[in-house]
Amino acid sequence: MRSTEGPAVWVRLGTLAAAALIAVTACGSNTSTGGSTAAPPPTAGMKPQTSIGTGEGQLNLIAWEGYTDDSWVKPFTAATGCVVNHKYAGTSDEMFTLMDGGGGQYDMVSASGNASIRLIYAGDVKPMNTALIPDFNDFQTYFKAPDYNTIGGIHYGISLQWGPNVLLYNTKKFPIAPTSWSVIYDKQYSGLVTVYGDSMTIADAALYLAKAQPNLGIKDPYELTQKQFDAAVALLKQQKPLINKYWGSATDEISLFQNNDVYLGAAWPYQTIQLKLAGAPVAETIPVEGATGWGDTWMLGTKAPHPNCAYMWTKWVSTPTVQAEQALFFGETPVNTKACAEMEKQSAGSCAQYHADAAGTYFNTIKFWKTPIATCPDGTNNCVPYAQWLTAWTSITG
Amino acid sequence: MEGTWTKLALRIWAALILLFLFIPILLILLYAFNTSNIESWPIPGLTLKWFKATWEDHEVRTALLLSLQAGLGATALALVLGSCAAFAIHRMTFFGRDVVSLLFVLPLALPGIITGIALRAFFHFNGVSLSIWTIVVGHTTFCIVVVYNNVLARLRRTQGSLVEAAMDLGANGFQTFRDITLPLISTAVVAGAMLAFALSFDEVIVTTFTAGAQNTLPIWIFGAIRLGQRLPEVNVVVSFVILVTIIPVVIAARLTGGGGAARVPAAASPPRG
Amino acid sequence: MAVKTLGRPRAKGGAAGPLQSLLWRWQWLRPALLLVPPLAWFVVVYLTSLVLLLITAFWTIDSFTSQIVQVWNVENFRTIAVDPTYRLIVVRTVALAALVTVTDATLAFPFAYFMARVASRRTQTFLFAAVLLPLWASYLARVYAWILILNHNGLLNWSLQSIGLPPANIGYSNVAMWIVFSYIWLPFMIIPTYAALERVPESLLEAAADLGARRWRAVRDVVLPLAMPGVVAGSIFTFSLTLGDFITPILIGGAGGKGLRDFLGGSTFIGNVIYTNVGIASNVPFAAALATVPVVIMAVYLLGAKRLGAFEAL
Repeated sequence: MRSTEGPAVWVRLGTLAAAALIAVTACGSNTSTGGSTAAPPPTAGMKPQTSIGTGEGQLNLIAWEGYTDDSWVKPFTAATGCVVNHKYAGTSDEMFTLMDGGGGQYDMVSASGNASIRLIYAGDVKPMNTALIPDFNDFQTYFKAPDYNTIGGIHYGISLQWGPNVLLYNTKKFPIAPTSWSVIYDKQYSGLVTVYGDSMTIADAALYLAKAQPNLGIKDPYELTQKQFDAAVALLKQQKPLINKYWGSATDEISLFQNNDVYLGAAWPYQTIQLKLAGAPVAETIPVEGATGWGDTWMLGTKAPHPNCAYMWTKWVSTPTVQAEQALFFGETPVNTKACAEMEKQSAGSCAQYHADAAGTYFNTIKFWKTPIATCPDGTNNCVPYAQWLTAWTSITG
Repeated sequence: MEGTWTKLALRIWAALILLFLFIPILLILLYAFNTSNIESWPIPGLTLKWFKATWEDHEVRTALLLSLQAGLGATALALVLGSCAAFAIHRMTFFGRDVVSLLFVLPLALPGIITGIALRAFFHFNGVSLSIWTIVVGHTTFCIVVVYNNVLARLRRTQGSLVEAAMDLGANGFQTFRDITLPLISTAVVAGAMLAFALSFDEVIVTTFTAGAQNTLPIWIFGAIRLGQRLPEVNVVVSFVILVTIIPVVIAARLTGGGGAARVPAAASPPRG
Repeated sequence: MAVKTLGRPRAKGGAAGPLQSLLWRWQWLRPALLLVPPLAWFVVVYLTSLVLLLITAFWTIDSFTSQIVQVWNVENFRTIAVDPTYRLIVVRTVALAALVTVTDATLAFPFAYFMARVASRRTQTFLFAAVLLPLWASYLARVYAWILILNHNGLLNWSLQSIGLPPANIGYSNVAMWIVFSYIWLPFMIIPTYAALERVPESLLEAAADLGARRWRAVRDVVLPLAMPGVVAGSIFTFSLTLGDFITPILIGGAGGKGLRDFLGGSTFIGNVIYTNVGIASNVPFAAALATVPVVIMAVYLLGAKRLGAFEAL
């Protein structure tokens, strides 16, 4: 019916125009933050609370797998009435995105060094009052104010634990522990290797190349010139045929080893412990090239709906007993100096095994995860920033 | 026309395809009773213990509650909006019919991930926190077309003369609607509601992007499968979801004489996850 | 079939209040009013978000804080067009979608033929319901069922080993994805094919037989072309659903080494790259740009399908 065609066109145009108009006016109301580290973090001015009030009954945590085990969560809930809801994230990127996009529904996140700074500068976490955490005074000095959670003297979280990324191997296939990371790049193990499915693996490759190709001059595996970066990426592309599967969560890797799908893998100590508990013939080692690692912080969300429970939780996991429990469960090193004695009580020899007593020298051998930025340590501006790491990672795994 | 051998071959093929379609579903229902917590075949024994364990898991209960709330909310909204649209389109004899139908079908025609990230960007932009309401908004958007199709199809089959007769007899618009139109379309409305609920209950793709810290049941399932933990509970929950999505659809099919759930698969919305 | 008013409303108060008179006088007002809420919903919520998504594709993010930077640029599209990784991912996804479509068409056609031309009326109804039922059984449930079947100690390996064959390690691989996709979308292919086959009049086949064509020839030259629109209609679903899916690649995908089980060279598909960019890398502009790819592909596909008459077969 031709007579109705006219209005039809107008209605369609009008609809589109209205939609576009709405979108455009919505645009105008949004300002973008610069996102560089030059300006102070957006939440720097927020004064943290001065006391812990009554618990709100709930606590929403974003955590690494193994950080909210019932053995210390259940007593916490019993003591405080805060029911813990946890969401496991497999990578730091995921933690950041969950916290950033979660719309203020998560209370805390156990962020590693490569997520913590981003969270701070994105305004997703706010300053915490260390006076509310009595055990804070017993923390090792460095972990009271590490550069990945304390900026300008303001604490954006309370340090939790730290640890290395180890080489996990099947003891039946490798009766003697491998001495070098070169095994995971060795063609004879095609289809028998697994590595972490995250862009931080590029740093692992760079760490290996620091020793294997010294002419590249790699000093810091997170601050790489384009040439160094390309070399690391090329190595990982060569490694791809060896990879059975890139593990995305601890359970992924545990299944791979249990099914004998892989004999070698880059792993967290948590996987070793769980596999040993299940009777699998595995062991871990840190090869001569050293290891990357992570330092974790419990950070408080800017719009946390249950801040009192959050502070109660932070208090709880900072106590020597829980620090020891978590360290032994996950295979990491506690920040509380008093935890060493507790660890010995629960498992003799563990304090030395996880270097909780002589942390200093061990600490310096680990290259902790951090977000690569364009500014190199020597002040020049030609290091590869994080955006490129992500795109490179897609091209490696894709 | 076909020879006996061909008929036999076709019969066998049909049977094989049916087996192919149903064995995985039956298998999953069977695994819910698996005594072992390692999901291997053959199943060592049958037990009911996982049902109790699943019910006692507070995460599952919370997720179930959220799924129900979101489902009811989305269904209610979709009922109102979809029925309004169906009545409107039924009365109008203009170009708009095709455009509107296309518009309503779009959330189902486009890949779910696009609807999901578009809605998420929309909420983020307007500073709307992700919550159960954003989940409901997402679900409503694609549930509308289910209700719309069912009600419209029924309206088309309804004789307009009944309404005219009622008005000739003195009923005003509201009375006509209440006493004549509503009973005629009631089963179509219920069928649409059932389909919408089933669709919402099982939805995971759009919900992944529109849920904040909340877990609906499908999101919980997705997370649990990825982590590979608590698989016995997953078996139970998954079996439950199968029943909750199939039963309403069967009822809906009965109510509409089999037409509503099948005709025009896209518009009648088969769940794509 | 619109309801037309006959003459003026009655003067009696009970039949028509002032609002009623208004609505009767301008009879298009009532439907228009009814249409406003749903239409408003769609325009304000849905269309706006789609437009917004498209606009976002032309922006970028600050990679440090993942805040969206509203600077107009086509960098995202350029990356997708130029970087071989994304071309590979798109090609891989399209290839898998095509493979799944062909598989489903092959599986569905004899089944639909049986339903339409051989089965009795009762069997037809039964089969129709039987094919529809799995569609409505939860999507996640069906993917999970296959994970259990294909994994190390699952039904498949047990069956193979019980007849003496070595276990097939296809638990997490592209072969597994091919099987699962074909399984899940199969009913979508069966239904339109059945509908198309049902519409082929018996008289045509009889005429072909009268002209001397043997049965296979009749099927090939008469039935197949007439049923093709149905098959193409079904292929729209299998193709588009595979194109945008991310759940199955995440749950079932492998690493993509070399070898037959990982043909296609990798398990990264359009769907999971979009998902990763939103849910993990927090790069919504890039994800939005990527999302235009399946839309464009499907638009082209739909044009082709329309030519082949698939829209009538829906």
